[in-house]
Amino acid sequence: MDLQEARGTLIEEARELLDAMENALLQVESGGDINDAVNAAFRAAHTIKGSAGLFGLDSIVAFTHTSESVLDRVRAGELLIDDHLVTLLLDCRDYIGQLIDAVESGTEDTDPDPTERASLLDQLNNYLGHPHASMGVAATVQADPLERDGDALNVGNHYWHLSLRFTPDVLRNGMDPLSFLRYLGRLGEIVYIYTLTDSVPAAAEMDAEICYLGFEVEFASEADKATIEGVFDFVRDESTIRILPPRSRVEDYIDLIRNLPESPRRLGEILLACGSITQAELDEILALQAGEAAGQPLGTLLVEQRVVHAPVVAAALSTQKQVQEKKGAEQKFIKVEAGKLDQLITLVGELVIAGAATRLLASRSADLAMLETTAHLGTLVESIRDSALDLRMVQIKEIFDRFPRVVRDVSKELGKKIELHVHGGDAELDKSMVDKLTDPLMHVVRNAIDHGIEMPDEREQVDKPAHGSIWLNAYHESGSIVVEIRDDGRGLNRERIRAKAVERGLINADAQLSDEEIWQLIFEPGFSTAEKVTNLSGRGVGMDVVKRNIQELRGDVELSSKQGHGTTLRIRLPLTLAIIDGFQVMVGESVFVIPLELVVECADLGSHDILHDIVNLRGQPLSFIRLRQLFEMPPPPAGTRESLVVVQYGQARAGLVVDKLLGEVQAVIKPLGQLFRHARVIAGSTILGDGRVALILDIAQLIHHTTHDRTTTLPNPGR
Amino acid sequence: MPLRSENDGPQGTLHIEGEFNIYQADQLKPLLLAELSAMENITVDLAQVEEIDTAGIQLLLMLKQEAARQQKAISFINHSKPVLEVFELCNLGGHFGDPMIFTRP
Repeated sequence: MDLQEARGTLIEEARELLDAMENALLQVESGGDINDAVNAAFRAAHTIKGSAGLFGLDSIVAFTHTSESVLDRVRAGELLIDDHLVTLLLDCRDYIGQLIDAVESGTEDTDPDPTERASLLDQLNNYLGHPHASMGVAATVQADPLERDGDALNVGNHYWHLSLRFTPDVLRNGMDPLSFLRYLGRLGEIVYIYTLTDSVPAAAEMDAEICYLGFEVEFASEADKATIEGVFDFVRDESTIRILPPRSRVEDYIDLIRNLPESPRRLGEILLACGSITQAELDEILALQAGEAAGQPLGTLLVEQRVVHAPVVAAALSTQKQVQEKKGAEQKFIKVEAGKLDQLITLVGELVIAGAATRLLASRSADLAMLETTAHLGTLVESIRDSALDLRMVQIKEIFDRFPRVVRDVSKELGKKIELHVHGGDAELDKSMVDKLTDPLMHVVRNAIDHGIEMPDEREQVDKPAHGSIWLNAYHESGSIVVEIRDDGRGLNRERIRAKAVERGLINADAQLSDEEIWQLIFEPGFSTAEKVTNLSGRGVGMDVVKRNIQELRGDVELSSKQGHGTTLRIRLPLTLAIIDGFQVMVGESVFVIPLELVVECADLGSHDILHDIVNLRGQPLSFIRLRQLFEMPPPPAGTRESLVVVQYGQARAGLVVDKLLGEVQAVIKPLGQLFRHARVIAGSTILGDGRVALILDIAQLIHHTTHDRTTTLPNPGR
Repeated sequence: MPLRSENDGPQGTLHIEGEFNIYQADQLKPLLLAELSAMENITVDLAQVEEIDTAGIQLLLMLKQEAARQQKAISFINHSKPVLEVFELCNLGGHFGDPMIFTRP
């Protein structure tokens, strides 16, 4: 393994472990299984220390060791874990994070924050009962033989593992390996057996009287090692018989692999099949093997240390796995560079366009066989598109998981009591959106904690539970994903927002505004009603940025609030940014595309009653807009039969009037240039099969447009 | 003789009977190979195998391997009790991939 690459792995692994440690510590506080949580935190710290040791990062080793020692005392029951200690350990975890950041930026030689370090170490040492211990001592603990025998160093397997390679002459000597296996069955239970047939030669070279088979056996037994060894007394001298007791050290497995005739990878697979080791343990062992075989310029000391390191990683990894495993189903992942995925999506986009062109040509040629083939091809392209887009989907949990800590820290700082409820973490959305959604969400949640939730005594005065609640919720709704942040705090103060807006000159003092319009004011730049500016929020930077970020993702923000009862903020985002199923419509000579998921129905406009751009659709009024008018196109030739496309976005509906309905199309969204950035009702463009450009309509904006223009004169029929 | 074969066009059936172990192995090996090369596709009937040991298993493995090399289809059928017992002991059922009927005591 390349050392630089290994460092990258170290950083990544350490970050994951730090997350695990954070989760574990938060779990302690939220009253989960404390033993489990403390163990998990301990293992995370221990593993980080081990990995850092390999790279000679003494600063991390020393600091982490002290943290780990405190955790160890908690684990041993010598120390009681309380809120204060959790806070301290969380701070330590953050500090280790800083150290890791320093490694990443190559500045690990200078301490990122010596004052913080000293203060944390002082506090930790207080818990350890030796206030001013030297920091240097810790680094040597790595090689401590006692530690090497700690439980974390062994594989998790609790069966005996037997590797049997009989001497080739065993049959000629009148013994049958099978009888040994049968005899083993009397000492215990053969849990799993793998018969190695690899060395059976081709028929011509085979000697029928030579034994070619080998066996790898998982054996459950109460018998001691001498008894099990005794089974093979007759053949021990010439044969290779290796017996590993339950929970053997990883070194023993490495040694085993090294001394058996088969290749390490083959053996690894067998051991895995036997269940002797886990995948994680195997990976580690193989990595070690490979490193040795390739004669890497790692010193023997390093190899020694890596052997120490291996089981620790394995143990930690397998625990992590347990946490991540959902309902016992093992998930397997491949890490892929994001750029490669993007490239794939781009190619699939081109494929979709090319496919559309082919289909168009085929339909012109009127060749039935050709049409059939292109139709089949089209279906395949569609599946490829879906799978490709699916590759980029990640669970929103990735963001949600960061919030328990934020809520905890912020509410502690403010002296508020807040519970966080998270739902729908398994809803998926595009990876690129996850990255851009984190900051806005963070703002909103902090706002909710800071401004929304009241102080405990204030809450009790109005008969609310002293504990405030914040709900994070994600769900899918008609082609969008909705992320909802709700609190049961004091809600928005209509009058105060209004006063502030007047003061800032955003509205006239006598303007009549609906609740919704008032709420929209808080998204104006520089708007804040907080009476005091805290270091968390209230500086008036935030909500406008939130809105802008969301709009950049083609989403929008919706807010509702009831004074005294809380505020709900809904962020609605499209599921993907790249390719959509579209519905083509035509006005004059121009083609427009509407996201198919937003289309509710189509109807003939002429057959319905129309009054002032409101159509009577089965007794329900529906406001509509003529795209021809909207885009200021010349009036239609006489006799054009207009069609109505009913679209829905969120809870709002509206009608779009067009000349012609063309049907479904796969649209690869191409962004419009800077020139069009003020064209709010256009979401993007796409290239049609015949090479023409069609505009994709931004339905959210269009609905806003149809309803907003009329709110003063007509009721909003969609709500 | 513990070997008996029926050659029915391209599809031949080979019956292995009686003891199938180290004592016959050396002698049986060339016979088995000869039968294999005489047939297009081969079915090995193990119903009459009364005893089998490591050497016998190795011969079955060899047959399967050699059939694959000659690109012939081979299947083992009617595994007798002793064969099943050994296959189960060595966990070889999956390796051969033939359907087997296990009778649990």
